[in-house]
Parts: sequence; structure tokens; C-alpha cells
Amino acid sequence: MLTPEEQREIEQEAASYPERRAASIDALRIVQRRRGWVSDEALADVAELLGMSPAELESVATFYNLIFRKPVGRHVILICDSVSCWIMGYTKVRDHLKARLGINFGETTSDGRFTLLPIVCLGACDRAPVMMVDEDTHLDLTPARIDAILERYE
Amino acid sequence: MANVKLTIDGKTVEAPANTLLIEAARRAGIEIPAFCYYEGLALQAACRMCLVEVEKAPKLMTACTLPVAEGMVVRTNTPQVAQARKSMLEFVLTNHPLDCPVCDKGGECELQDMVFRYGAGESRFLEVKQHVDEREWSPVVFYDRPRCILCFRCVRICAEGMGVAALGVVNRGASSEIAPNRGDHLECDECGMCIDICPVGALTSGTYRYRTRPWEMQHVGTICTHCADGCKTTLGIRNNRIHRGNNRDRSGVNGEFLCIKGRYAGDFAHHEERLLTPLVRSQDGFKPVSWAEAIKTVAGRFAEIRQRGGKFGVIGSNHTTNEENYYLQKLARTGLGTNNIDHHRTGDVLSLLRARVPLATTADLYHSKAVLIVGVDLAQQHSFLAYQIRANWRHHQARVYTVRRGPVREDKIAARIVSVEPGGELAGVETLRDDLAKEPELVILFGDAIQGEAVARLTEFGSSLGIPVKYVCLVDYSNSRGAVEMGVLPAEGGMTLPEMMAAGDLDALWVVGANPLRRHALAGKPFLVVQDLFLTETAQAADVVLPAASAYEKSGTVTNVCGEVQRLQKAFETPGTKTDLEIFGLIAREMGLDLKQLGPWTPSAVFAEIARTVPGYDLPVEVLEAGGAVQAGPSDGLPDAVWAPVQSAGDTLFTSGTLGRYSKMLNAVREAPGELYRA
Repeated sequence: MLTPEEQREIEQEAASYPERRAASIDALRIVQRRRGWVSDEALADVAELLGMSPAELESVATFYNLIFRKPVGRHVILICDSVSCWIMGYTKVRDHLKARLGINFGETTSDGRFTLLPIVCLGACDRAPVMMVDEDTHLDLTPARIDAILERYE
Repeated sequence: MANVKLTIDGKTVEAPANTLLIEAARRAGIEIPAFCYYEGLALQAACRMCLVEVEKAPKLMTACTLPVAEGMVVRTNTPQVAQARKSMLEFVLTNHPLDCPVCDKGGECELQDMVFRYGAGESRFLEVKQHVDEREWSPVVFYDRPRCILCFRCVRICAEGMGVAALGVVNRGASSEIAPNRGDHLECDECGMCIDICPVGALTSGTYRYRTRPWEMQHVGTICTHCADGCKTTLGIRNNRIHRGNNRDRSGVNGEFLCIKGRYAGDFAHHEERLLTPLVRSQDGFKPVSWAEAIKTVAGRFAEIRQRGGKFGVIGSNHTTNEENYYLQKLARTGLGTNNIDHHRTGDVLSLLRARVPLATTADLYHSKAVLIVGVDLAQQHSFLAYQIRANWRHHQARVYTVRRGPVREDKIAARIVSVEPGGELAGVETLRDDLAKEPELVILFGDAIQGEAVARLTEFGSSLGIPVKYVCLVDYSNSRGAVEMGVLPAEGGMTLPEMMAAGDLDALWVVGANPLRRHALAGKPFLVVQDLFLTETAQAADVVLPAASAYEKSGTVTNVCGEVQRLQKAFETPGTKTDLEIFGLIAREMGLDLKQLGPWTPSAVFAEIARTVPGYDLPVEVLEAGGAVQAGPSDGLPDAVWAPVQSAGDTLFTSGTLGRYSKMLNAVREAPGELYRA
């Protein structure tokens, strides 16, 4: 069941398009902002609210890699694996992150604190390697800097 | 729209402006290959097979998305285009398994054909092909991901054509795949449109997969025997067995459309409980007897009752052919001397014929600017008619109006929806008067909610709109309309079906392809003769049971819900059974009736008599013979027939009277009848 707040927010978005289904990305983001991810149940609820079938909304949800269809940790780390970062030492940063957190890509730490995901270019190649944690972009990464950055996220 | 002139491969081609290049080329006889482009569906431009050279364009263009323009110069036969096709096919085959020798689609696969014509013959990819196990989405639909070429035809036909949208494309890029509504299973009409439209063997059907090869079957185009919409289904027959139904050649009124019943529910014919020998009641229950003995028993009793002026009742079928219906009523009237003949009336066709208003064809539903649906869940009960209206809305922006008791699928495409209580349908229609009067034309479809006096009032309403209005009276089963028009109705004091069941003083009751005991109790102890495929409730009570052939095992004609007459083609035989027409003839002969007057019991001879004597049925035989459909009419309104209340059988997508009960496929799907779609 969507909460009344979620419903109201989605309805607001839907009202700004000629077709309700056009609000599907916004609606998924609304749910994800409140719950961290989009469950099968939430997806079916949103689909019904927008007059779509679950399969149609699933097509949208799984096309975008920032819509999470599995539970994630309290913080999501997105590390760039594109060419500039790779040239500038991405592999070292990645290996350090994996070792430090004890997880692989697509996994969440056992304390539910971090989820680690690769991502394509974040548009800050001049300061590579780069990663994002939640909404923050972290530049000029080195294995040493990583530890300090992670400390900031509880 | 004005025409434009363009040149394709040096040939001057004329086409209406805005025609897509791929269509203009096809109409000029120039094939531009494509997987994802599909006439009537939204554009996808995903497969890149239709790349062509267009003069002054810097690179190859997709012919499926390019509208033709004046002076355009197109080349489809250059080395660059050939190379593009070759390369695209090489990509398509990267992960596509070459399991053609066991693939269902082998022999009728578009990918096979394309590679044969345009492919490279060898691949430069050395990598191991990715394998993903096959998935069962329902007893009907199986998905083999590696064979899928991601043309998205299935996704589009389900969403656009069926209005269901049970399929989506999940993930992206190389990991894209087709996925059903519920993650691992379908919740849909189980119509199989996705399977037939699949250009490769990615989607296969539970009834057909790994059973036979396409070229080992005989393909017999006949008319589906389930609902009244009259879809052509091409049965794949091998060793006297139906292996599949489809209509890929788009013959018949339905084009390529078929629902689960037309595609997969032919399996009733091979059910192990099928009656294969006549049965005569003895002291210890039914005794199997020879046909000769059974006919002798029936004819003997009939003759005896006739001789002493006893009372007959005859209940005909809404599944049997026009020829059979006609012959039965003639035999009843002239041979048995009774007017007590009726059938289960599922819609008030009689009142509509008497209103003498224009009747719509199935094609009208696709072309009419406006459609009004009164008191029926069309998607559940008349899947093909609903498909036509949906296509009309998509292609021609038809305005659809629904007057109904609860949510129906057509609401989604409706310009206006009127909710009514049972019995409030006519009042609901009246509230649409101003809107409907503004339409240039209208087709009105109504179910059993409108009957008797209400039909007259509905047609008066239609006439008062001042626009051309055509009508469809919705009936169930493959030949309800024909049963009415052939006169399987009481006349001049004859008893109706409920009256016969309640009479109590009938000496004999002859039931052909019907199961009245399911809805009515039988009073008295008449000599009960039943012709049917199965030991139904009625057959169980019979004195003699005669095993009948199904519609797929006989020739003749049937008349669909729109009055379109089409020909059945005998597809196979079930040894031990006889067609109802033959049974009638054998009984008549054994009774010593005037056979000259009754006429020969062959379908073509009976149809010739129908053409002479039934108003509206003097139809061009050559069109019917060629597999075409012709709308009968106008009728004379059957002035002698006795009117009686009607009641729809209430069948849904997954039920179909007796035949549905014996179709394992229909009963295997998980969708609960009628509870599928909340909106």
C-alpha cells in the first residue's frame, strides 16, 4: 500500500502531464526516496495508480540503473568505472573499497550501512577517479582518502 | 491525402504522403526485410534490418520510420545495404542458439528465412553463446530467452492489440529480456497472440511445443466452434489430431487475431471421455450398440409415436451448422409433424431482425467512427469484437462509449462511461443522446440486458439520432445466429425450450448438441434422444445417446454474431462419431419418411435449399467456398417464430459451455474466469 503522502505526491506529478503514465519515473523516485528502494508490491501499487500494468512499469524501472529494485543500504556508493577514472587509478580505489567494506558490486554490508555499485561517467573526469555517496560527489580519490570519506556516513 | 512520387530501385512508385517507406516499397513489390516493424503496431526501429540508402541522406536510413516524400530516391539493392543486412543478422545471431532442428519455429521462422536470403553464412563470433534456461510463464506460454531477438512485437501486440500489457522489457542492452506481469508468471488473456507474432522460436505454446514440425501437418482453415465471433482458425492436423490453431495467413474476418479458445481449446475433440459409440439405455445402465441398432431404436420409437399422434419436442444446437439446423427443423416440422422446436437463445436476435435495422459487420467495428457497447463485458465475452474496436480506436481514433454495470476493459478507451444498475441500460443509453447525435455514424452492440420490448426501444433511440446506426445483437456460441435464422424456433403455437422442459406430457424429446438439463429440470418421462460429443447431464438422462462429430470434423456453414456466413472445413475425423446431419438423414430414412421431400443430407445440397428458401441466404457460394465471409440478409424477420426471453450463457475467456469443460488447456490456466481485470 502506498502511503497517503506518497499517493498525494505522485498525483501531483501525474497532474503535470497529459498522460498519467508519463509520471512513472517521478513516481518511482518518490517511492524510492521514502523507502530506499522499490519493492514488487510498491511497483504494482504505483502501476495501478498510474493506470499501467506492472510489466510496463517494470520496463521503466529496470531500464534506469538508479531505480533500485532490491533493498539497498542506508548509503549507496556509486563508483565510476569509465575510461578516465580507469586511467587515473580506478582499479586501486575499487579494490580498496571492496576490501574495506568486505563486499562486491551489487552487495550491501552486513550492518546495512553501504551498498556498492559501479556507474558510468559522472562528468568530473578532470578530477578522476570519482565516486558518489548518496547525493555527494567525491573527487580525486585515493585509497587513503576513501577511509575518511566513509567515516562521514553512519 | 495527396500522393507523392518517389523512386525505389529505379522504379517509380506512387504512394500517399506520410506512408512509411517500408510500406510503400512492399506495396510496389519490393521487399525491405524487418523484424520489429509490424503493420498496425507502434513503431520500434529496434532491429535495424530495414536500412536502405536514401539519396542525399548522409547514412543508411530505417525504412520503417521514414515517411515517403516527393522526389525521394531510394536504393535497397546496393552493396552497402546488403552489407548492413548481413552485419545485423550476424549480431542477431551472436547469442541466438542454432537449435533450429528442434525449435518449434523451424521451417516457418522469419530469422531462418532472413539469414537464408540476406545472411553471411558464417559468423566471426567465437565466444560461447550465453545460455539461459527456458521459462514457463503459463501452461500456454513458454519463453526461451536466448532465441529472443528483442523485436518487442509481443510486448506491443499485448499492450496495443489486446489492451492487456502483460509483457514488458526488463533491464537494458545485452541483458534485456521479455518479462511477464508477475515476474515469473503471466496474468493475462492467455490468447497466444505473443506466440504467433514472435518471428523466432522465443515464445512457444504449451500445446504445440516439441510435438511436430510445421511441414508435417495439414493446415485446414475452418471456423472456431467456441464463441459467436466467427474467427477463422487454421488447424494444424497430424495423425487425426489437432496440434495447434493459428491464423498466420490472416484469412477470415479476424485477420491474425485468435483468443485462447481458437488457438488452443480444440483439444476437447481429443478428450478421453469423448463418446465414440452409440449408447442405448438398458436395465443396467447404458449399453454400447452399433450405429445401425441405435438408429433403428430411435427411428422405431419416433415412427411409433408419430403414428399414434404423440407429442414431440426438439431442442437444437447453437454449435451445429446452418445445414444441420435447417435440416433438423424441416425434419421436425414435416417428418415428426411438430412445431415444438427451439434452442438455447442467448441473445435477442429475433427482436433485432424484426426491427429491420441495418446490421453491422465485424469490419464495421474497425471502421465506424463511433461505437456504443451496452451491458456487456466485451473483452471477456467477445474477445475478437473487442479487439476490432480497440484497433479502431488506435488506428482511427474511434470514439467508444460504454454503458455497463461494472468496470470493463473498454472503459480505458472510452470517450464516455455510463455506470448503470441492472435494468438501467436503456436509461443509461439515453444520457448519451447529445454526444451520440453529434457522431457521424454509430454501431451499437448489446447483450442479453436488452431484449424484447427494450430492443425496439433501443432501435427507436438509434433511429431518432438522425445519423446512420448499425447494430450487433451479441449471442454466444458459434452458430446461435444461424439457429435463429434457420428456424430452430417454435412457430404457430409450438413450445419454447422452457415450455418443453416443463411440459411433462412429451412422448419424445430429441436434443441435438445442447445440454438443457444444466439449466432446466425435465418434467415427465419422454423418450429422450441426445446427440452430443460427451455424456453431458442431459445425455446421462437419455434413452439413446448418439456420438456426434464436432464442428472441426464436418463441413457446412455457420453464421457469426454479425450475421457473416462462413464455411467450415472438415479437418479430421474421430472414428465412431457421425455428423449431426448424417444422423438426421439416417433417422429419417429408417423412419421411412419422404426423402425426396426432405432432400439429400449433404451440406452442399442443403445449403442450396437454404439459399432458395431462407430470406437473406442467397449468398455467393464461390465466395464461401474460397473461405470468404458474406453477411446474410436482410432477413424477413421470421414473422411466424414465437418470441421468448433470452439468457446469455455467461461464458468468459476461459469457459465455453460443454466444450470448455472438456478442454484441458482452458482449465489449466490459472486466471479465474471473469475475475481477471478490475479495470
